[in-house]
Amino acid sequence: MTTSHSQLRADLKAIAAMVPSHARVLDIGCGPGDLLAHLRDEKSVDGRGIELDPASVNAALARGLSVIQGDADQDLSGYPAGAFDIAILSQTIQAMHRPKTVLSDLMRVAGSTIVSFPNFGHWRVRAALAFKGRMPVTQNLPNRWYDTPNIHLCTVADFTALCSELGATIEEAVAVSASGAARTIRPGSALANLSAETAIFKLSN
Amino acid sequence: MAQTPTPADFSLLPPGAGQVWACGTPLPLENGAALPALEVAYQTWGTLNEARSNAILICHALTGDQFVLGPHPITGKPGWWEQIVGPGKPIDTDRYFVICANVLGGCMGTTGPRALNPETGAPYGLSFPVITIGDMVEAQARLIEALGIDRLLAVVGGSMGGMQVLEWSARYPARVASAICIASAAHHTAQNIAFHEVGRQAIMADPNWADGDYLSRGTVPRKGLSIARMTAHITYLSEPAIARKFGRNLQDKAEVSFGFDADFQVESYLRHQGSTFVERFDANSYLYITRAMDYFDLAARANGNLAEVYRDAATRFCLISFTSDWLFPTEETRRIVHALNAVAANVSFVEIASDKGHDAFLLDEPVMADTLRGFISATAEGVGA
Repeated sequence: MTTSHSQLRADLKAIAAMVPSHARVLDIGCGPGDLLAHLRDEKSVDGRGIELDPASVNAALARGLSVIQGDADQDLSGYPAGAFDIAILSQTIQAMHRPKTVLSDLMRVAGSTIVSFPNFGHWRVRAALAFKGRMPVTQNLPNRWYDTPNIHLCTVADFTALCSELGATIEEAVAVSASGAARTIRPGSALANLSAETAIFKLSN
Repeated sequence: MAQTPTPADFSLLPPGAGQVWACGTPLPLENGAALPALEVAYQTWGTLNEARSNAILICHALTGDQFVLGPHPITGKPGWWEQIVGPGKPIDTDRYFVICANVLGGCMGTTGPRALNPETGAPYGLSFPVITIGDMVEAQARLIEALGIDRLLAVVGGSMGGMQVLEWSARYPARVASAICIASAAHHTAQNIAFHEVGRQAIMADPNWADGDYLSRGTVPRKGLSIARMTAHITYLSEPAIARKFGRNLQDKAEVSFGFDADFQVESYLRHQGSTFVERFDANSYLYITRAMDYFDLAARANGNLAEVYRDAATRFCLISFTSDWLFPTEETRRIVHALNAVAANVSFVEIASDKGHDAFLLDEPVMADTLRGFISATAEGVGA
């Protein structure tokens, strides 16, 4: 049941690199459990997942992962403080109804929170709006405006501001491109906000 | 000339049809009484490994029994969980040692109201003490201990079996590596109790029930027990499942009869369910076991705080519900999930889309099978079984 590193999506690989071995991990929106399975097999983590889609939950359970079918918008508040070392929110925050509440819930239940999101400040996104006057449809944001699940898109600068509003310390920030390469970015930098396709932040209280 | 029945005649379990373990010591009960003698009838499949770490206990539902795999010694039919248990099945008898015991209060060989009261030499009938889900678990726990198993790889069950699973993991967290609770709840709801009361009243209204003393009288409260079964059976099905299976179809006729025969297929089906049930089940057992379910309220021991029941639990939990189950609806399972989350227990939960109602857990549900296979296998790898 080992997932090789190469099969893992590029942003998940970068997230995995931020997770220490044997950590207690909660993965929100874990899908069929690719990241959790990888972390279990490669880093011996004690992993749990929350996933909305029943078929994905089934797939995760069938591979032996501990996943509950639920909604982070509603189900997170029940967990006790400090229940996990790491909470992961990969490509999910932009689809949340209350991203700020979810983020502060995660920071309560876990020592560190890793968030990855499509950067709406990326130059391709800006170009689509500026030059075509159309809502951007990119590799990272493949849906059109009327069928996208992404109701709360933000830029690296927006997210950095939210972190400061929540009093979160940014431990690490990286950008991941479509080619899969991850590089460290400075969250406050305008260039980072222009060049990062996907951003990954590791936060602590 | 009518013969006085010998004690063995009272057990519905045919002689030699399965294993019976006699416990040497009295069993204290939650109602304060004690059962002076306890026998537990059980079946096993597969082989216990050297480390004794591959044992799975299956807890049966209200009208189930220890014959998970058939043929059933009375009906000759397949067992009630053939699609889940067996060689190569999700509960793989090539890999695991699988145990199922008839519950306390049952009528398939475990001590219940058909057993002889040692004080009187006559069948208990209504002198049998009112038992609880906890008492059922205590009886099983003694059997498991007698089988030399310190820690079960999994305790698994649906409906009332799920209640026993929850009770097992609350009482003996160190003896349960994983707990799988299907289509169940941490308490019996008012609606559940109400349906049970209808069933009990049907039994008690049957003159042949004779205040519970029908074994001595040589009568059988067939009518009452079969009506109880018919009522309960409706609660196990969903409306779409009944509609699909029977619709308004007539039974062997082209027009309604303008009478009260079983005109409709659904009537004929229910009557058949009722009359065959009477052959393999005991009316007093039905009273006692439904009562045990009614009394079940896991959180009561922690002042209503379900989470507190599972504080520090190291057990892996897997909870499964079905979308069309209105008897044990998903929200009841979700309450358990939230309580387990509140103590950061290791919990998995899936609601399976099915239109088969409460009965779905007994039927061919591939998603349930995949979930069980993955969950149990991962637990086994975790403990090296």
